[in-house]
Amino acid sequence: MVAIDGPAERHASARPWTDVLHDWVATVDHKKLGLMYIGSGLVFFLIGGIEAAAMRAQLAVPNNDLLSPEVFNRFFTMHGTTMVFLVGMPIITGFANFVLPLMIGARDMAFPRLNAWGFWMFLFGGLILYFSYLGSEGLYGAGTAPDVGWFAYSPLAGKAFSRGNATDYWILGILVSGFGSLSGAVNMIATAFTMRCKGMTVRRMPLFIWMTLVVSFLMLLALPPLTAAQVMLLFDRFLGAHFFDTQSGGDAVLWQHFFWFFGHPEVYILVIPAFAYASEIIPVFSRKVIFGYAVMVAATVSIGFLATAVWAHHMFTVGMGKGLNIWFAAITMVVGIPTGIKIFNWIATMYGGRIRFRVPMLFCTAFLAQFLIAGLTGIMLAATPFDWQLSDSYFVVAHFHYVLIGGLVMTIFAAIYYWFPKMTGVMLSETLGRWHFWLFVVGFQLTFTTMHFQGMLGMPRRIYTYPADRGWEILNLITSLGVVFQAAGVICLLLAFVQAVRRPQPAGDDPWDAWTLEWSTSSPPPAYNFAEDPEVRSRRPLWDLKHPEDPDWKYE
Amino acid sequence: MSEAVAVETQESRWNRGKVGTLCLIMSETTFFSIFIVAYLFYTGKSLNGPYPVEVLEWPWLATACLLSSSVSVVLAVKFLEKGVIPIFIAFLFITALLGSIFLGFTAFEWYGLIFEHGLTIRTNLFGSTFYSLVGFHAAHVTIGVLIMLLILVLSLGGHVRSEHSHRVDMFSWYWHFVDVVWIFVFTVVYALPLWPPF
Amino acid sequence: MIGRRDLDLAALARVSACFSVALLAGAAAAAEPGGQGAVQVPSMFAPASTPANIIADYSVLVLVICTAIFVVVAGLLAMTVVRFRSRPDDDGREPPQVYGSNQIELAWTVVPMLIVILLGLVTARNILALQKDERPEGWLPVTVIGHQWWWEFRYPEQGVVTANELHLPVGRPAFFDLESQDVIHSFWVPQLSGKTDLIPNRTNHLWMEPLEPGVYVGQCAEYCGTQHAHMLLRVVVHSPGDFERWLAHQRTDAAVSPGVNAGRHLFETTACVNCHTVRGTDADGQFGPDLTHLMSRATIGAGVASNDRAHLIEWVTDPAHLKSGARMPAMKLESRQIEQVVDYLLTLH
Repeated sequence: MVAIDGPAERHASARPWTDVLHDWVATVDHKKLGLMYIGSGLVFFLIGGIEAAAMRAQLAVPNNDLLSPEVFNRFFTMHGTTMVFLVGMPIITGFANFVLPLMIGARDMAFPRLNAWGFWMFLFGGLILYFSYLGSEGLYGAGTAPDVGWFAYSPLAGKAFSRGNATDYWILGILVSGFGSLSGAVNMIATAFTMRCKGMTVRRMPLFIWMTLVVSFLMLLALPPLTAAQVMLLFDRFLGAHFFDTQSGGDAVLWQHFFWFFGHPEVYILVIPAFAYASEIIPVFSRKVIFGYAVMVAATVSIGFLATAVWAHHMFTVGMGKGLNIWFAAITMVVGIPTGIKIFNWIATMYGGRIRFRVPMLFCTAFLAQFLIAGLTGIMLAATPFDWQLSDSYFVVAHFHYVLIGGLVMTIFAAIYYWFPKMTGVMLSETLGRWHFWLFVVGFQLTFTTMHFQGMLGMPRRIYTYPADRGWEILNLITSLGVVFQAAGVICLLLAFVQAVRRPQPAGDDPWDAWTLEWSTSSPPPAYNFAEDPEVRSRRPLWDLKHPEDPDWKYE
Repeated sequence: MSEAVAVETQESRWNRGKVGTLCLIMSETTFFSIFIVAYLFYTGKSLNGPYPVEVLEWPWLATACLLSSSVSVVLAVKFLEKGVIPIFIAFLFITALLGSIFLGFTAFEWYGLIFEHGLTIRTNLFGSTFYSLVGFHAAHVTIGVLIMLLILVLSLGGHVRSEHSHRVDMFSWYWHFVDVVWIFVFTVVYALPLWPPF
Repeated sequence: MIGRRDLDLAALARVSACFSVALLAGAAAAAEPGGQGAVQVPSMFAPASTPANIIADYSVLVLVICTAIFVVVAGLLAMTVVRFRSRPDDDGREPPQVYGSNQIELAWTVVPMLIVILLGLVTARNILALQKDERPEGWLPVTVIGHQWWWEFRYPEQGVVTANELHLPVGRPAFFDLESQDVIHSFWVPQLSGKTDLIPNRTNHLWMEPLEPGVYVGQCAEYCGTQHAHMLLRVVVHSPGDFERWLAHQRTDAAVSPGVNAGRHLFETTACVNCHTVRGTDADGQFGPDLTHLMSRATIGAGVASNDRAHLIEWVTDPAHLKSGARMPAMKLESRQIEQVVDYLLTLH
């Protein structure tokens, strides 16, 4: 493929840094915006990780006084809010931004300027949230971040119990950055529906696209309820409204219903992209087509629908009636079925293959084992009487970290090692990648497997310290120890980035011998993506090109 | 500049404008649903008055204006498609006018509620849910009217031609959505309190 | 290019096995049923009450099913990883491309469906058993009111009000009305029952039927602000006779002891009476814990410190020292006055 302005030209012309900066700040190009989303998300990941490390240092021993309760409570609030809204959402938006147009043979997204606006709204929202550390006036004086938990239950988050502006920063930060996600969703849907290249019917779309579509529809459905609930909370706090004001007849549980109506689809919004990355990476490294494409699509779509019907399984302890408890338990267990089917399909893809355990595949294999556990602990939490013990304990913390780290972050790491060569033209070090993988997996297991036991032994979540006589010390120490290994793993990733700059290994167009359209462009792709509009006849256009004697379209 | 703006590769039945507008409408639907759920949930739960049956009057004229504006906007688009610009401008102006009259009625109603009946957003649960639901709807009407004013200004300058009709069509979908929301608001806020079982 | 070091599964297996055994052994050793003084592990799998028993039995079933699923699927994954990894002598040809199989998809849809149906039915049955409406003969009513950051307990039939330490008779079902004065809290004593939230403007319900005398610990399980971590619970389960004796004692007015008049006078004439009740005196404040029988409790500050002279002096001097953010302000008394007040408090058995 002819590249008109590849990296070589850019370096040779040695443009002034103001030009380069302007390029990035004013860009509407999906590739640059994708990189900016991912880059910002990774920066927030480091910040959220530091908050987590501080909390685990505080909890390593009982009755510790490293962090005051005020600081600890702000840290768990900011850690959760950061990881969900400022790490998870932007990184998945970033990868979708970069990959989706390339995968469908398009030139850019449907609404490039909306795309750019969305990025800057996300970033602005994140800055608003973090400004709270400096600027907000909380109960204890200036400079307090919000401390009401990432789901800000009422009436704790109301004016009476959260004085000052800390909670308002939480509301506004998320509100503003939510516009970024929403505009991203609109763009994904419009692009995937209207800008696919010739021959790419919906049945020939890569699974990545299908899953991005389900995620985008969920975003359209789930983010506005959060916005609505937050606006109601703002009205309560600033205009004296009584939506969640229990002193005036308002209902504290109504906030929970609204929040979790958003919150449950949100966690599927976060984890379905993990499925998307796995669905692209596992086949390539197993050297086999994905097993059961149609079933994978059907399973993902049904997960999307079911995800909107299960929200009150976060509320089993609020005193709902028997009928509601039974319904939400049952429907939550039902959603485990399509999820399980996907795991089986991935394993079936690997089965009979010639699996190359390069770094992306290492992370995806760990993902399979860990997401399996995450799903099973989810079933345990869906089992309402079991949940009456496990809810709001460290078991829940273990479960959702298994989903979000063991599932999402693992596949994000996989996706980074997989698509970094396409994005930059340079490979990431395989050696550092392996160190990253093993250190991180060991640390992850030490921390989060142990946590399940703390929950079953009665340790609630969101406590800044615990007594010495409850038998939780060893478990907490091991949990905290795992942080060291995870941090070391992440440092290896950073070193890999540095190495890619200082000693770049050229990647070529298609370092992994993959099959979707993005690998037919140069690395990095030219600004216009494709010199000629591609035309496809199957789900794996590059497989057809590489195996003209045995193309996919004969079998699909 | 090495970057150009994306160009649609093919004009399919579903162009990006239509899909984008539908997505926007979907997300706005869920946004309004939460306010409607809150309103229904808190019906009859206010600890003190004023109560809806005491202070609300059926907004017949306002509703008539808003619903007929949906007809006029359809006509506006039709005439733009045919290229008859002056009639298009007339119908678009009528739509904006009807929308503004609706807003006028809302303002008048709110003035009465606040200053004569003492109902504000902080008075009771009814006040909180009423003003937020009706207020957000009115805000969406306002945005629609402002967009129409913008289109009118551009049309008067001769910049709007029949090949732009699909864009005004997109706006008309938004305007119909605003109308449908009003039907729900009308039912839930004004009709239900006066229905015996309630 | 194939990596230099492929998965060393044998080493990985050995390490994980050792780790899991150590972990489980540690957890099992720690999960002793409640006993006084020593480590008190509030394990849901050491139940001492009927509802906790029901939950524990049910949970073991769920765990067994999930573990079985894990073993099968993880086993398949492990086998696949080992058997189908590319070898160094691979000729680089692509393996046979298998696009899917409707029969296999059907099989692994139907089996999970059956498991879910089974689990769903068992779950429904257990929910119905635990969320009882009808109350058996002789049930004991208790009201729990959650505050930031302490527990108020009322025995409405006997007119007893106490704080932070709950006393119950063995073998008699107790039904709780759960209310909150401020924000959402959650009442959780794992060995005695599952948790239920205390939500302002709403009354929730919980029941226990303790089966063994002893002391059981728990704590608030819904983040409720700064000192959520120090909203601890102590439940003392007595034999029926001991319980009646405790109840009768709690019903009496505050002890009037000689030699603490200075402290009593200070208590009754400063702001203490605005928040605290001492029955039999003029002190009838409702914002803070009832102190009538303060010394019958093992801890102060909802478990933040043991109930003894030194800690009481620390607390009355400045509660924030022991429990930063506590709603009780420092009373700004001189140290001599504080000692007098504490000496008075120490007589409130």
